[in-house]
Amino acid sequence: MDVEMTCKELVELVTDYLEGILPADVRTRFENHLAGCDGCTNYLEQMRQTIRLTGQVREENLTPQQREDLLSLFRDWKRN
Amino acid sequence: MDAKLDEIALLNLLRQMDETAFTQLVEKYHSFLIRIARIYVQDPTTAEEVAQEAWLAVLHGLDRFEGRSSLKTWILTILTNKAKTRGQRENRTVSYTEWEESVQSEPTVDPKRFKDPLAHEWANHWASGLEPVSWAGIPEDVSLSQETMNLILKTIDSLPENQRLVITLHDQDELSTQEICNILGISETNQRVLLHRARAKVRQALENYFQLEH
Repeated sequence: MDVEMTCKELVELVTDYLEGILPADVRTRFENHLAGCDGCTNYLEQMRQTIRLTGQVREENLTPQQREDLLSLFRDWKRN
Repeated sequence: MDAKLDEIALLNLLRQMDETAFTQLVEKYHSFLIRIARIYVQDPTTAEEVAQEAWLAVLHGLDRFEGRSSLKTWILTILTNKAKTRGQRENRTVSYTEWEESVQSEPTVDPKRFKDPLAHEWANHWASGLEPVSWAGIPEDVSLSQETMNLILKTIDSLPENQRLVITLHDQDELSTQEICNILGISETNQRVLLHRARAKVRQALENYFQLEH
């Protein structure tokens, strides 16, 4: 089972690799391939960075109405 | 910077009915709760009500919370139960199981970027000139710019609903695979496939953009 992994195969396994669920033999083939392939090393790094950047996106601010509703909910609770 | 200590401090303040602590908590999690609620109830107003009910239950339950799970997980459980009940009342049954699509077939990277499968040498390896390049040299004022963030948001918004939910819950809300599978009622395998596809599309969008900027 020492078939060399192709780049086309590797890119589809990146998430499984990062989640740590590749079977040991596949993981070895994955890492062996990486060791000799700049393109795939860059691809993996790009995916890591994609995940990091996605995690930093935050658009959500509460609307004044939401804030007001939640505050009055809190104050009611406090009174009782 | 210890998250656990922060949480204990926050809880203590909440138990003393500290308003600032509550504000801090809702700023952090309210939109997240709404997002989860809307998986179960369609109407935005109802989702808002469900989230408010959950907050009230959180406040009332503070003394019972023992810290065996994280505060976030605890709040999420309360919200999910309320949203499920409300969803049933409204007859909206979530059936994300139909998401078990023919998963492996579709490639996430354009096949044209690889050498011909029948090529004599290096079949299915990166075609020359089309290999991914390192992003290490991209300055932070580009990679972390508002424009980049908007691009990511726009790309996520354009994804099919199942992919959009999974990448948001996993990579932004940082829920565990287990939590996501419970909420959406899908298998771990399916969850990973959806996550992989979603990430691959965001990566592609970023690659296109960084190439232009460079």
